[in-house]
Amino acid sequence: MKITLDIWRQKSPNDKGKFVRYELEGVSREMTFLEMLDYLNDKLIKEGKDPVAFDSDCREGICGTCGLFINGRPNGPVKGITTCQLNMSVFKDGDTITVEPFRAKAFPVIKDLIIDRSSFDQLIQSGGFISVNTGAAPEANSIPIKKEIAERAFDAGICIGCGSCVAACKNASAMLFVSAKISQLALLPQGQVEAKERVRTMVREMDRLGFGNCTNTGACEAECPKEISLWNIAKMNREYYKATLG
Amino acid sequence: MYKLDSKIPDGPLAEKWTRYKATCKLVSPANKKKLDIIVVGAGAAGAAAAASMAELGYNVKVFVYQDSSRRAHSIASQGGINATKNYKNDGDSDYRLFYDMIKGGDFRAREANVYRLAEISNNVIDQFVAQGVPFAREYSGYLSNRSFGGVQVSRTFYAQGQTGQQCTLAAYQALMRQIKAGKAEMYPRRFVLDLIVIDGKARGIIARNLVTGEIERHAAHAVVLATGGFGTVYYLSTLAINSNGSAAMAAYRKGAFMANPSMAQIHPTSIPVLNDYQAKLTLMSESLRNDGRVWVPKNKGDKRKPNDIPEEERDYYLERRYPAFGNLVPRDVASRAAKERCDAGYGVGSTGLSVYLDFRDAIKAQGKQAIAAKYGNLFDLYTKITGMDPYTEPMRIYPASHYTMGGLWVDYHLMTTIPGLYAIGEANFSDHGANRLGASSLLQCAGDGYFILPVTIGDYLSSEIKTPKIPVDDPAFDKAEKEAADKLKKLLSVNGSQTVTSFHKRLGHIMWQYSGMVRNEEGLNKALKEVKELRDEFWNDVKVPGKIDEYNHELEKAFRVADFFDLAELIITDALQRKESCGAHFREEYQTEEGEPMRNDEEYMYVAAWEYTGDHSPPKLHKEPLSFENVKVTKRSYK
Repeated sequence: MKITLDIWRQKSPNDKGKFVRYELEGVSREMTFLEMLDYLNDKLIKEGKDPVAFDSDCREGICGTCGLFINGRPNGPVKGITTCQLNMSVFKDGDTITVEPFRAKAFPVIKDLIIDRSSFDQLIQSGGFISVNTGAAPEANSIPIKKEIAERAFDAGICIGCGSCVAACKNASAMLFVSAKISQLALLPQGQVEAKERVRTMVREMDRLGFGNCTNTGACEAECPKEISLWNIAKMNREYYKATLG
Repeated sequence: MYKLDSKIPDGPLAEKWTRYKATCKLVSPANKKKLDIIVVGAGAAGAAAAASMAELGYNVKVFVYQDSSRRAHSIASQGGINATKNYKNDGDSDYRLFYDMIKGGDFRAREANVYRLAEISNNVIDQFVAQGVPFAREYSGYLSNRSFGGVQVSRTFYAQGQTGQQCTLAAYQALMRQIKAGKAEMYPRRFVLDLIVIDGKARGIIARNLVTGEIERHAAHAVVLATGGFGTVYYLSTLAINSNGSAAMAAYRKGAFMANPSMAQIHPTSIPVLNDYQAKLTLMSESLRNDGRVWVPKNKGDKRKPNDIPEEERDYYLERRYPAFGNLVPRDVASRAAKERCDAGYGVGSTGLSVYLDFRDAIKAQGKQAIAAKYGNLFDLYTKITGMDPYTEPMRIYPASHYTMGGLWVDYHLMTTIPGLYAIGEANFSDHGANRLGASSLLQCAGDGYFILPVTIGDYLSSEIKTPKIPVDDPAFDKAEKEAADKLKKLLSVNGSQTVTSFHKRLGHIMWQYSGMVRNEEGLNKALKEVKELRDEFWNDVKVPGKIDEYNHELEKAFRVADFFDLAELIITDALQRKESCGAHFREEYQTEEGEPMRNDEEYMYVAAWEYTGDHSPPKLHKEPLSFENVKVTKRSYK
């Protein structure tokens, strides 16, 4: 296949940045999207040009490193996958593909397609944990947890912290990310002790870091590679009211 | 000559750890505040260790190459984590887990370390549950278990096929809590170039800031390597593509011995190679073998669709060869058996390099829903990658490089041969012998990180309480920084014609071909020669674009590949000296008539620990003899 790529190139955080067009021949339908970028870089390096900087690591959809904005959507046109799980077979010969970094005030660009998501770490630091020191844990079966509660906590806990939700949101809100953690921990008896404090500090931190607010359009849920439910945002709001009004 | 001292405490096996804890030296809370510890790598092991040591009061600095420690590859561990809770009442105990691991490791692991791990396994589960890991539960609300390869009890705790993710995030969150508390500091996007040794003790690191290219100096009273495995030496592997062996090699060159580097696990159930451009292989959890049946057609080159092949024309070769364990034989056995069938011409798929893993019978017996509840996310993952639906047709799988049992040599304290340098998790060698059993990797990472290292490091640091902050202007830093910068500059200056990746691929090919699942002397010697030639070619013709003082991913990759050559040489050297077959190390010259491995306990019941003697001289072999006082050394059979 021959593919035309419009890729965001930006030398450094302060550089203005621009789209650069690349015509790429010999793309195989069996490549993944990132293997196609590897292939492009291979070509650029051989031509003595600067390869496109992009992040990736596990290449199996679990580490959350690789997210890109492809043709106006986080992780491209297929639902429920990370960028590394996108296959070139969804594109046709002659297609033009636009590739950008995830854009949000709280995710500044480092270079080209690489962004700084340390704000997500800061959000977790603000309360996304249970304060139990090593050694202080009781016997694991001493607190039974309903199967459906454990499963719901798991469904929230599978967030990979990729930032697709923020990139998809017109307000660059981190509500889905934050609510997934709040809801996972608030569902479990182990996490309930600190639930009120947690939701207060995490919501405050979210605002401080420059993430926007939620206007319930559901773009985050639609674009989440792990299909984390909007239900978590509702749960977070309930937790927030309990913590602030109660 | 250096004498390896494994520092195993006296006393009966089951009392060693208790006795050690009761008698080891301690550091007072007031003194802990004065002591700095560097942790390199923060997956399940590193994050658990960093968080736990920060909780104790040490000052911890954490270095990861990723943008966040939540991305470390422990996150991809799927199937589960073992513990001896015996919730199933099926006769499990610390001794039995210990025995299974010793046998699974083909009697090449250290008894005392393995027993300790079994002993603390329950604490690990308790800790994770308290931290909010949503493990699978029964309708009663109590924790659920499943079984894993190589054992006959159900002792594996799991969170669908994402146990590693849940456990790693729990450790990550514990670490984030300590960062907030000001007791730990995170240095993301840092790549460790060298280890600093002053007066024989590990005192710091040289790291490259991957964003700015700046070379940094960091000092501490002790250094912990939690850098994972180096299976990416095979290029294609189930590891993250940036996983590497550079920090371990830096430690090796500074005097840490490398133990059993050839003990590399090839995992039997990976999605097969689909195309030439492929950058990595995706694992399908071993837990699938609980319900999936492995088979190939009985007729060579049978091109029919799998569902069209009648029962009597299918060869369930694991059930046939190993009736006692069937599809649940350990990984090395399952991998070799798959290779044997494919090499004999019975493999399936367009390349003939895969076998079926079939859920038809399990779905018939238990219903689609029950199977979906256990493996739903793995089935989805498989469908996303291959476009095929495992609910209606069998999966196709093939072995892939996965885990390194070998690693830096450590004593019972998890200290390497360099005082003050520790290695934990997959980065060390001690617990899995010649083959690792499923669901014991997360256990080792968490065990080392939460419960072992925080105790043992105190024993060493108790003698460091009078050592002031280590100055970063020590000549050792000057020298190491200059050498690291020179190496980077040299890589940039070659300005040849071939990319870094092309070299890595060729190296991987050599390793897979001659030093993979099956090895022999002729092939290994050939590989040794080819690796040396390829390394020369690399240093004469590699093309690394860009500059040293900027973001430069190619330079980072080149640095790693340069280390992979040296590591590959060490792996091959180790494989050559071990003239026996044990666990994952299968030498064709040493097998039974039925194709089963033949161990040589008389001559090879030891850990091979390699000492660096210079870039142009062969490494020196040291032997740590292994003695088995608590198990009967038997032929490892799963028949």
